[in-house]
Amino acid sequence: MYNRSVTCTVNGKKRTFMIDVRSSLSDMLRGEAGLDSIKHGCDVGECGACTVLIDGKPFNSCIYLAVWAEGKTILTLEGLSTTQGTISDIQQAFIDEGAVQCGFCTPGFIMASIPIIESDIPASRDEIKRQIAGNLCRCTGYEHIVDAIEKTQKKRIAERTR
Amino acid sequence: MKIIGSSPDRVDAFDKVTGKAKYTSDLLPPHALEAKVLHSTIANGWVREFDLSEAWKVEGVVDIVTCFDVPDIQYPTAGHPWSNVPAKQDISDRKLLNTRVRCYSDDIAAVIAETELAAIEAVRKIKVVYEELPVILDVKESLANTAFPLHEERPDNIVNKTSYEIGDFEEAIKEKGLTRISGTYDCPVVSHCHIEPANSFAYKEAGKIVIVSGTQIPHLVRRMVGQALGVEWGKIRVIKPYLGGGFGNRQDALTEPLNAYLTTRVGGRPVRLAYTREETFECTRTRHAMTFDLTTYVRKDGSFAARELTVYSNQGGYASHGHALAANAANAFRMMYPVGAIRGKAITAYTNMPTAGAMRAYGIPQVAFALESHIDDISKETGLDPLLLRTKNMMRLGYVDGPTTITCHSTGLAECIEKGEEHLDYSRKRLAYADQSGPIRRGVGMAIFCYKTGVYPISLETSAVRMILNQDGSMQVQVGATEIGQGADTVWVMMTAETVGVTLDKVHLVSKQDTDVTPYDTGAYGSRQTYVSGMAVKKTAESMKRKILEYAALMTNKDPMDLDIVDNKIVRKNTDIVLITVKDVAMESCYSLTNSNHIAVEETHHCSDNTYAFGVCFTEIEVDIPLCQIKILDIINVHDSGRIINQTTARGQVHGGMSMGLGYGLYEYHKFDPKTGRMLNGNLLDYKLMTPLDTPTLHAAFVETDDPTGPYGNKSLGEPPTIPIAPAIRNAVLNATGVSINSNPLHPERLFDSFVEAGLIKQRSEHV
Repeated sequence: MYNRSVTCTVNGKKRTFMIDVRSSLSDMLRGEAGLDSIKHGCDVGECGACTVLIDGKPFNSCIYLAVWAEGKTILTLEGLSTTQGTISDIQQAFIDEGAVQCGFCTPGFIMASIPIIESDIPASRDEIKRQIAGNLCRCTGYEHIVDAIEKTQKKRIAERTR
Repeated sequence: MKIIGSSPDRVDAFDKVTGKAKYTSDLLPPHALEAKVLHSTIANGWVREFDLSEAWKVEGVVDIVTCFDVPDIQYPTAGHPWSNVPAKQDISDRKLLNTRVRCYSDDIAAVIAETELAAIEAVRKIKVVYEELPVILDVKESLANTAFPLHEERPDNIVNKTSYEIGDFEEAIKEKGLTRISGTYDCPVVSHCHIEPANSFAYKEAGKIVIVSGTQIPHLVRRMVGQALGVEWGKIRVIKPYLGGGFGNRQDALTEPLNAYLTTRVGGRPVRLAYTREETFECTRTRHAMTFDLTTYVRKDGSFAARELTVYSNQGGYASHGHALAANAANAFRMMYPVGAIRGKAITAYTNMPTAGAMRAYGIPQVAFALESHIDDISKETGLDPLLLRTKNMMRLGYVDGPTTITCHSTGLAECIEKGEEHLDYSRKRLAYADQSGPIRRGVGMAIFCYKTGVYPISLETSAVRMILNQDGSMQVQVGATEIGQGADTVWVMMTAETVGVTLDKVHLVSKQDTDVTPYDTGAYGSRQTYVSGMAVKKTAESMKRKILEYAALMTNKDPMDLDIVDNKIVRKNTDIVLITVKDVAMESCYSLTNSNHIAVEETHHCSDNTYAFGVCFTEIEVDIPLCQIKILDIINVHDSGRIINQTTARGQVHGGMSMGLGYGLYEYHKFDPKTGRMLNGNLLDYKLMTPLDTPTLHAAFVETDDPTGPYGNKSLGEPPTIPIAPAIRNAVLNATGVSINSNPLHPERLFDSFVEAGLIKQRSEHV
């Protein structure tokens, strides 16, 4: 076993963690930072429940070594709410559209949807499905999840062009 | 009704979109020990000895337990209510760890270590000497080959067999002018694939064994852990937090009994037993593979004179829910088209396959695939319209099923069919697509189903609920049945608010079950929660309302019969005249120096009725014959689930069920090595789960009936949406190509074989 430190920005704060070099990013963030929104569904990058943004791009944190996070900027679901607890529009859309059932895949889906809703290029429903195709849900049939993402993207584009 | 039928947000949605919702692994105490199970690498035989010497050398190992160490107790795992009648009790056929190996990846030893890595490493270093027996994966082979029965208590390998006959079958088939159609239909082993893998942790506290697990059935797991360990049931405590999907897999005791035992081996220190995704596939439960032989004698007018079913159900190594699923399938065959003479025979046999258990709709997706495919085969043979065959023979209002007495109290099936037909323009397209040529062809297909609500009268249906009035006029609600993603908590809050007369924000539902404090309910299964547990919620809410009004009557010098609760206020009945508020009653009843009377109620509803939900699927597809691929162009489910309690969550249930049905129809099945019995695709890469990209637009519609037995006119909805999809797709392929494919899923390999056999494509005849 060999330990080393990793310094990265997590949800807007610069943090340093002492970790076993074999740790995955998901283990580090769950175990050392208490970010329990990151879920383990398969541990091998098949299900997407552990999706976080690394420098703005979605990754399966279960197959991303923690040491690779050195100097990176990481966003997890916890980072979407304000310090006071106000939630973001995409989280609200997941509530409004009924996109949540058992909730275990929900954090991963919300994180995977961030690049879509932040894009200026309107995504069709098929394009949304393509971009979230690395995330699995057994409860919803994806219909309401796509509704929530589509609605939020439209709202964001409308806000930016106002 | 103001609240029932509306679509308030789910009560758990905020916590789930913010990551605050706690699942089992989020609650793990720091420094818990980690356990890993050694699974057998043979499917049939015995463990003769272990060499643990290398495993013990791994740093961090705390204890190693083998099948020779565990209590000599056999226990059941099925999430059925226990029966005081021994003949009706679930089969007790496994130990915590098993010396007699009955399936590949059977549990034979376990390691407890300081870290997960150490546990994994130690498990790998255990050496096992087996005595092997030939592997039997097929039901008929198992029935024929009983030299070494899997369980000595059942020397013929038969878990159970049942039969029935309605009318006189042999007499009925003598009628002149009948056409006989028969077919054999096969359904494969599939998995639940809840996204949270099976996992639990256990520790001892206050002399009790506490198990934290995302189970659908906390009270039943408590009993089964007690049975497995030989410990009094009151000394077991099960805590159920949020769980990441169940679909019937967690209607079984999975990791909990062994996990409970393991903590007792280490003085009650917390021990986690978390299965990997691969273990969740191989070592929990599956949906039964079933084979159906169906025969129908049909008159020229399309009415059925006689029908016959034989179903063979593959149980795998352990009984779990056992024969109940094949029996349920055989019953539904009778109920769907209850005309003419009907006879059915169902056999469930042990094999060396992984253990099958409950999975969404409990045997009905299998029989619906067979039966609804068979109806279109009858159409193909006779030229009769498949819609006419269904509408002429299907269950009608007032039908009473002879063997079970389950009565059709309401039906919107005919309207569901009309709505689906209208959406798809089915009849016109079916004729238009009948004789196509060329490589790309279109087809339409449909299927119908009936589904009972809960398990009465086969099993006990009971549910208890507790409500406690808080000083601010809000109330705590505790329900023994579980939220498993289906939205049960939300509908119970709606029911409570509706019936008591308070607003939704005044109802605080305790989502977590803790068997030390939560009222008894058998759990989440059988699509019973809005119906059976809903009855208990309604009954308890009525008592709560009565108690509030009785106290309010004392405060206002009125007759309680003249009072009502509307929007948190006590009013004169049928008027807008506000006398006091529920909060006034709550404060006075709590703090009164002369009449303190804490308002709390607990009621049990013993349900002794049942009713049928119905539905249809209509789909239009495109088949690429050379590529052997199916594209879904349109698909709609229309459901009669009685009164819909929450429109949004109901649609969500339908979408999810349709998605699972699409997988069952198109992609999902487990492959096994015929020599070893090992599952070959037990992971989410090789087991083809529906992804967002595979999923077409899903249309969900309802025909609302008002069922007189449902607490709010409602009937089952959770499981049914998954039932009719696979046969509807299969029938659409028949319409498109003229080819009857009698096994699901309709994946490219199967389409290839079927199209070659039908002469639609030529197999390469020469291999160089």
